[in-house]
Amino acid sequence: MNNLSIRVPYVTRVEGHGNIVVDLKEGKLVKSVLEIVEPPRYFEAMMKGYLYTDAAVISSRICGICAVGHQMTSVKATEAALGIPVTEQTVLLRKLLVYGATMQSHILHIFFLAAPDLFNAPSVIPLAKTHPETVKMALRMKRLSNDICDLIGGRTIHPNRVVPGGFTKLPTEKELLWIKDKLENQMVPNAKASFELLKSLADKFPAFQRETEYIGLKTDSEYAFYDGDISSTDAGIIPVEKYREVTNEFVVPHSTAKHARHKRSSYAVGALARLNNNYDKLNPLAKEVADALGMKPIVKNPYLNTVAQLVETIHVTEESLKLIDKLLTDGIKAEKPIQPEKLREGTGVGCTEVPRGILFHEYTYDNRGQIVKANCIIPTNQNAQNIDDDMKELVPWMIDNGMNKEQMTLALEMLVRAYDPCISCSVHFLDVEFKE
Amino acid sequence: MSKPKVAFFDFTSCEGCQLSKLNLEDDLLDILELVDIVNFREAISDRGEDYEIAFIEGSLSTPHCIERIHKIRRQAKILVALGACAHIGGINAIRNKMDQDEVRETVYGKDKYLFPSIKAQAVSDVVKVDYYVPGCPMDNQEFKKVLSALLTGKIPEIPEYSVCVECKAKENECLYDYGIACMGPITRAGCGAACPSNGHYCYGCRGLVPDLNKNAAKDVMEKYKLSMSQIKKRFYMFNTNYVNMEEKEYE
Repeated sequence: MNNLSIRVPYVTRVEGHGNIVVDLKEGKLVKSVLEIVEPPRYFEAMMKGYLYTDAAVISSRICGICAVGHQMTSVKATEAALGIPVTEQTVLLRKLLVYGATMQSHILHIFFLAAPDLFNAPSVIPLAKTHPETVKMALRMKRLSNDICDLIGGRTIHPNRVVPGGFTKLPTEKELLWIKDKLENQMVPNAKASFELLKSLADKFPAFQRETEYIGLKTDSEYAFYDGDISSTDAGIIPVEKYREVTNEFVVPHSTAKHARHKRSSYAVGALARLNNNYDKLNPLAKEVADALGMKPIVKNPYLNTVAQLVETIHVTEESLKLIDKLLTDGIKAEKPIQPEKLREGTGVGCTEVPRGILFHEYTYDNRGQIVKANCIIPTNQNAQNIDDDMKELVPWMIDNGMNKEQMTLALEMLVRAYDPCISCSVHFLDVEFKE
Repeated sequence: MSKPKVAFFDFTSCEGCQLSKLNLEDDLLDILELVDIVNFREAISDRGEDYEIAFIEGSLSTPHCIERIHKIRRQAKILVALGACAHIGGINAIRNKMDQDEVRETVYGKDKYLFPSIKAQAVSDVVKVDYYVPGCPMDNQEFKKVLSALLTGKIPEIPEYSVCVECKAKENECLYDYGIACMGPITRAGCGAACPSNGHYCYGCRGLVPDLNKNAAKDVMEKYKLSMSQIKKRFYMFNTNYVNMEEKEYE
């Protein structure tokens, strides 16, 4: 194959607007990129002047799908800047909310966005007819993870109980018992069934491999989602405060989302990157599933991010059960959000793992508690260059494997979907017009 | 009777309203029996251009958005704006009241002149909108009600009173008594006072109540001795395009 041109405008079943562009001329790959064409958002500018109590309300709107993650990262940045402490109960409940949101997002991606490709279907809608039990199971799993977010965060999309210093309303012990029962008797068996399903479909993922730098949070005590240091498979541990040395954002002409690079030309974040950094902290069932699916680090096939999401879904289910037991043993204490002792000038960085990867917010406040400067670095920005680099190697790999144009187009779309990109999140900065 | 063809389009937004529809897990399969979804980029690969009802999410913030919305309006018999961004411009509109040059400089630095953009507008600022599902995020039960009304030939209605009415009915403690500036008194109800019921101030995401009594709102602010500059910020959070507060009047 000497000449090839692939155009996928507005890739479907991803969050936000992106185009795949591949051009091969006289056997030479001249272009292979994911153009990101989402309109501008300007969040950092819009947050200026707002009070510390408003920061999480606004930054949550960067993304409705990652709202829990943005709120969590936002309140952590505010707490760091203003010196607001949080109680152990707040941390436990926040983790539970993060796990609920992780389950919700992963299940949505695995079953509704990625799975149709594995079944050769254009969407989940025809699957409701051909595989009704699977679709119903996925809906039940998603419902339950949403219920967890509702009960802890007030609601699933843009939760309304998360504030700096704690929660404005707390779940009851009865509600926690309800979650525990559902996780044990519904989520665990459904997750096991999902494992069997993915195992049976494993050969549908292209066997493409490309090693890159994998970056995620890491801590000694657990598989890190809520807290930890930055960990890189190339460079080891880096403190969160030095995040700019890792992200090094830069602008490319084909994307309204800024790109990032660290030790190589690009790096990856997300479920696969977390697994590659945290594998030894997996809970027993999650580890069993990871091993049975061949997910021992370092996993270099980007398509397996979807499989890593299932491993994580099982891990956070097990972890949530542990948290609930601890909360119930200690008893829910009627704690009010902790207020800052005194408003002061300060800068703070918040960092958590959201479903799509590591997320940073950094705020600077004046002495009236108003935002002077904000900076948010989003997982999809960090993955953008890695996706381009994958495509650069994937195209020749597909040609060597004798794939036709239709197969290649599908494989390229599947690659973009595998990263579960959140393009709305990624373009809170730039506005570039593209010719379609 | 053939099923009505329905399309969902997203503009500048967080896509939370799209997700909100997917969160109707218990009803999703039933809804699919009643309508034929021909376009829903986030969830399906088909891209039909033949639809009768168009649901719009997001505000309009680039020249391309304006072009697209006109095209959709020409095709759709019924156009429904979903969520605060489409309904009132929402969070995206905060920057409209800011110095646009400064906004660009904050995010682009030296490259600020490379990237032109227009102010974030509600859908009804550009084309006729037939119905609304307000809120950030839109409430999916309210969406279901509007959809049912449309499918049965009824006119969907949204409340014309303020969030305080629903909040009082729930016997919530008033957040003003805790010194918290809540937008409940000026905000259109219909959410069941979702945020105050969870102990969080209302931020006005459902838009202003019709015939707003601005002076009464001002009296409340004064009674509780709240900082006017901060109140102003909160008024602007979702309703920038509809509130014009003179500095003098409030400070």
